[in-house]
Amino acid sequence: MAKVVLRHVNKRFGHIEAVRNLSLVINDGEFVVLLGPSGAGKTTTLRLITGLETPDEGSISIDGRDVTRDSPGARDIAFVFQQYSLYPHLTVYDNLAFPLRSPARRVPEAAIRKRVEQTAELLHIASKLGNRATRLSGGEMQRVAIGRALVRDPSIYLMDEPLSSLDAKLRAELRLELKRIQVELGATILYVTHDQVEAMTMASRIGVIKDGELLQLGTPREIYEDPGDRYVAGRLGTPQINFLPASLVPEVTKPSGTETIGVRTEHLRIVKANGGGLIGRVHRIEHLGDQNHVHLEYRGQMLVILADPHKPLEAGQAVELQLVQPLYFDAAGRRVAATIH
Amino acid sequence: MAQIRVENLRKSFDQFTAVHDSNFTIENGTFFALLGPSGCGKTTTLRMLAGLELPTDGRILLDGEDVTFRRAAARDIAFVFQLFALYPHMNVEQNIGFPLKCQGMARREARERVVETARLLRIEHLLSHKTSKLSGGDRQRVALGRAMVRRPKAFLMDEPLGALDAEFRQLMCGELRDLHDRISATTIYVTHDQHEAMSMADSIAVMDSGRIEQIGSPQAIYDRPASMFVADFIGSPPMNFLHFEAGLQSGDRAVKFRDVSVAVPEIREQRSVGPLVLGVRPEHILFSDTAPMRGRVFGAEYLGTTQIVTVETEQGRIKARLSSRVPVQVGETVGLAFRPDGLALFDARTGLAIRTASHGSNGHG
Repeated sequence: MAKVVLRHVNKRFGHIEAVRNLSLVINDGEFVVLLGPSGAGKTTTLRLITGLETPDEGSISIDGRDVTRDSPGARDIAFVFQQYSLYPHLTVYDNLAFPLRSPARRVPEAAIRKRVEQTAELLHIASKLGNRATRLSGGEMQRVAIGRALVRDPSIYLMDEPLSSLDAKLRAELRLELKRIQVELGATILYVTHDQVEAMTMASRIGVIKDGELLQLGTPREIYEDPGDRYVAGRLGTPQINFLPASLVPEVTKPSGTETIGVRTEHLRIVKANGGGLIGRVHRIEHLGDQNHVHLEYRGQMLVILADPHKPLEAGQAVELQLVQPLYFDAAGRRVAATIH
Repeated sequence: MAQIRVENLRKSFDQFTAVHDSNFTIENGTFFALLGPSGCGKTTTLRMLAGLELPTDGRILLDGEDVTFRRAAARDIAFVFQLFALYPHMNVEQNIGFPLKCQGMARREARERVVETARLLRIEHLLSHKTSKLSGGDRQRVALGRAMVRRPKAFLMDEPLGALDAEFRQLMCGELRDLHDRISATTIYVTHDQHEAMSMADSIAVMDSGRIEQIGSPQAIYDRPASMFVADFIGSPPMNFLHFEAGLQSGDRAVKFRDVSVAVPEIREQRSVGPLVLGVRPEHILFSDTAPMRGRVFGAEYLGTTQIVTVETEQGRIKARLSSRVPVQVGETVGLAFRPDGLALFDARTGLAIRTASHGSNGHG
């Protein structure tokens, strides 16, 4: 495994700036997730690292070696795509062995067997090695696809939404497996997704990307608790963070320059009316089992609050609100540091 | 708007019974969800209500009137398919007004109805717009408007949001429910997505293999699942199942789980020794150094305020939802304790819930 460094990488397609001045270091053994909507430049970034695209400006180095102009074959990278793309006429064993049997590599068959068996063990598909690839469930097929990358020992694994075609249960299971495998192998992975749960649960660090630009890079906890701007604050968290115009809460002391206050749904507390000014009216209660989402109206604005499912509340009721750990943003959407009390 | 009553409804296709002996009543103005995995019979049930499928047996009553064998068009029910199906060459007003034109309604009256419908959906300003130029959300609203404009007695919806991405689906769930609150139309909504059902419905029927497993409010179904199927289908991550053997005495407040005594809600049934299942929701698990049940942390998934911690135990993998402030190391050994109020017990042979105090009261479960 190796460290991968991108320095000031730019890539344009006609008038579209797909990747803008991207600098990113993926450390050896790190699981970095690029999180962004479609069209943000995630896949282009992966394609630039593999050499399927060449940057207009900037450089890419793997393990200290500049590979910016190298062909894809010379870069020692394994790629996992969204679709399984297995060879349907081959067995699981032969699918896994395929990358090792490339004439360029000349791996002896005994070494191939050992490697394939180890990988199958790791992915819990050892009992399926003799099966035809088409005789597998969706989850097993995706394991084989991931396995085909894992049999090699590349500098870095690049993964492009590999779990997005699976159903929710399987996805949850494979998230956990992939993280375990990554830790066991000490693998370096750059993974792109638009799914915030995948990013939060697997990443060592998350890079939030939008319109070709890396907005913030940090651990899941840093990104969630300490977002640098409004967009990043809104990107993580379900339901989404509430944004209130500062003028709607004159009662709250806030640093100068604050235009918008962001309050996560779990940081708005419903308390007994206590003479405070922040009075909202319950509009609707969503019962989701382990928690309730309380939709309430506050001075013409709809807010969502996470509440205990057994808290007695009903539509139409007036309640007092308390803001816990609010985040302050200026007119440009940048975070304003909270004043120290 | 109307009450819908289903009595002993059954549907067989040759050897295969898609719906077994269904009984339920949907009161006027209720948002009712039919929830279950694919092939559970939910869409077949809906199609029988709509008149698109004739039942093998049983009756369907609309406001007390037997409509079992009445044609679909004569039932005064609007069926909403995938919400995006609009006529691309017509503008919004023509799209919404189309069903009225087909009925032969006078133009002035039709126009009034269309405007009123558009006002309810808050798309009045779009009436003269081409549908191809609309945003996704507005197209959904127009499609809904076309169903509403006839003022049917009930709306039947078959996975209308199925094709949308997660964030937009959440938004539309909120809108559909708000719309329901404004017009209070009896609605039957079919979905395989527990979040959609939980977030919108007043009442949910959970179906499996052609049978209704349980009918109740979202919270009741979550807190007091009638069977292991329901307990597993609702909740993410789903309820943990811990298998053990024991006998039960009515009045017991603890069960003998292997060698450990586990406090549970007071038991209201008598059982001789047999295979049982202790059901534990992830949020009812605590880490405790003194707890006798031990396990090894397999993984921790950060989710913001909470984290899902997967623990490998002798009983298999158990998932716990804890505050993300609790420090967790992969590989460390932890003790697992359970909050007694939230625990459920099932008969492992039938999969059905065993009655406890939580079934008696309305509050905690």
